[in-house]
Amino acid sequence: MSYVLIVGAKSDIAKELARVYAKNDYDLYLAGRSIEELEEFSQDVAIRGGKEVVLKELDITDFASHQSFYDSLEPKPLGVIVVSGYMNEQHIVQKEWSESLQTINVNYTGAVSLLNIVANDMEDKRNGFIVGVSSVAGDRGRKANYIYGSAKAAFSTYLSGLRNRLFESDVHVLTVKPGFVATKMTEHLVLPEKLTAQPEDVALDIFQAQQSRKNILYTKWIWRYVMLIIKHIPEFLFKKMSI
Amino acid sequence: MSLESWGMYPKVVSDVFSLQNESALKEQLGNVDECIAFGNGRSYGDSALSDNIIHTKPYDYFLDFDEVEGILHCQAGALLSDILDAFVPKGWFLRVTPGTKLITVGGAIASDVHGKNHHVAGCFSECVDEFRLMDANGEIHYVSKEDELFLATCGGMGLTGVILDAKIRLKKINSSSIRQTTIKTKNLKETFTAFEEHAHMPYSVAWIDCLASGDALGKCLLMVGDFADDGNLEYKQKPKKNIPFNFPSFALNKLSVKAFNWLYYNKAPSGTSQQRVSIDTFFYPLDAIKNWNRIYGKNGFTQYQFILPKEKSYEGLERILEKISQSGKGSFLAVLKLYGAKNDNYLSFPIEGYSLALDFKIEPGLFELLDELDKIVVEYGGRIYLTKDVRVSKETFEKGYEHIEKFRALRKEKNMDKKFQSLQSKRVAI
Repeated sequence: MSYVLIVGAKSDIAKELARVYAKNDYDLYLAGRSIEELEEFSQDVAIRGGKEVVLKELDITDFASHQSFYDSLEPKPLGVIVVSGYMNEQHIVQKEWSESLQTINVNYTGAVSLLNIVANDMEDKRNGFIVGVSSVAGDRGRKANYIYGSAKAAFSTYLSGLRNRLFESDVHVLTVKPGFVATKMTEHLVLPEKLTAQPEDVALDIFQAQQSRKNILYTKWIWRYVMLIIKHIPEFLFKKMSI
Repeated sequence: MSLESWGMYPKVVSDVFSLQNESALKEQLGNVDECIAFGNGRSYGDSALSDNIIHTKPYDYFLDFDEVEGILHCQAGALLSDILDAFVPKGWFLRVTPGTKLITVGGAIASDVHGKNHHVAGCFSECVDEFRLMDANGEIHYVSKEDELFLATCGGMGLTGVILDAKIRLKKINSSSIRQTTIKTKNLKETFTAFEEHAHMPYSVAWIDCLASGDALGKCLLMVGDFADDGNLEYKQKPKKNIPFNFPSFALNKLSVKAFNWLYYNKAPSGTSQQRVSIDTFFYPLDAIKNWNRIYGKNGFTQYQFILPKEKSYEGLERILEKISQSGKGSFLAVLKLYGAKNDNYLSFPIEGYSLALDFKIEPGLFELLDELDKIVVEYGGRIYLTKDVRVSKETFEKGYEHIEKFRALRKEKNMDKKFQSLQSKRVAI
């Protein structure tokens, strides 16, 4: 059966994605920094879906390791989903360069390093799909999280170009832009209920969008329109706002 | 964040702690004065509401499955729907399930839920082999059937601690379809007779038209059934319908409910008829409509569920149905069921007899009506179901539950009474 590789498997969205894909008869490679932390979860997926679950150690910011990581996957995955994300509080990130660098490397550089390798292979095979979980934060820079946002913006642009390139090879690329999601990463934030999605709903949205070969998915759907408005606020006004 | 239970009444603002691991939970219990576990928010009233919530749903791993005995070891936040998704295709089903599958295993234990097979299979605790419970001091107890903590925790509304994980027994099935028989009755006498006649069937429940009066008082559709034996275990989710917003509260009135009830009752052929239905249609008809609670409007609703001892059920039900019919306060869903013997758990709801459950939207005059009904329930030696309740008085509650003093004593002794509290436990002083 076909394998799907989920990168950043410890996140709440990744876990729900793993369950959805297992339920739909895919085998799984779950990749994360610490295999030990994923062991209990892989057991969970195996019991639920009865599918093959293989754990793989991967540090998305250790670029040099990505080629050998991908080489070690046998068989090669039919689909690759990058969920890795890193978001610290803006006031810390803007003061500490190491935090800025970590934000950029996890959300952008690392994903590029890995997906370059994946894309070359899929292009040769003329088969496969790639899903990148970006963010609505990449649609416009706001003072509340623009370093995270700019890394996600770069990732969205990368995915857009990749989709364009791989179209001819019949390899599909889906860009996912979640709004607020109730996860560990956002636990300390007070989120508006009506705009906040549950990770299991996001996962199901992603699965369905990938299967029907959508290009850009906003989840919840309402974020497409929220961001449409935010993107169209003139800059001379926007710079004075706190949103 | 703002939090509500299934009845959308009351709404409270709570600090929410997501349960991810035991050590963080222990720390949290040290940090807060009082709190209560909250699963998937499907209890109707205020039994899982408090200033501080332990949200257990994220703690939802399946830990082990014994394929020979059918024993599942899972964390407390796992949903019954997840269990069905994973195991129906392999030929397993829940031994006991309530009318929604969207509840957590921890919630099922804390409410000691029951289902259409109570008269033969008892409550959810029957299928629980053991569980782990974190107490007020953050210590973990391994609790099995012979422990007092088992009797107190099953049905204990989360007031004995936080359930961490449990081992539950599933039952073998050989089909994902149910052979259902529907019996249409004309009055309460016929309804009771039909229940007694079908007591051998493993699953039974009746829908009653509460607005019927006079000779038709207590007319119902009784649905009984059992699993088919065709070897087809396919179990796929149908796409759900959704109620996207609260209905205006006037949408539900005496006329609209009467019309609905008339249609529902007359749709069924008279006398006895046979159908073949899916698990979801038979056990979880309302789960097919996401957010169905919104039809009662933004003020919310409550479910009034009581049970009367069997020998007094007929008389008591007749009086209660008359009162409801006179009041004209409508209820789509009035569910009647004959229960089997009670268990030894301190606060489990079921006793041998007939239980009626009715939904009412919250409106002026409702609680006065329910207080009147309470008097009749108490007079006949009945009790109220805490999982559905949002308004019962301490006096009415106490008269129904003979083990309440044992429960209170245990809470005091183990230092649980300060730490684990809900709005409900304070109201009825558990």
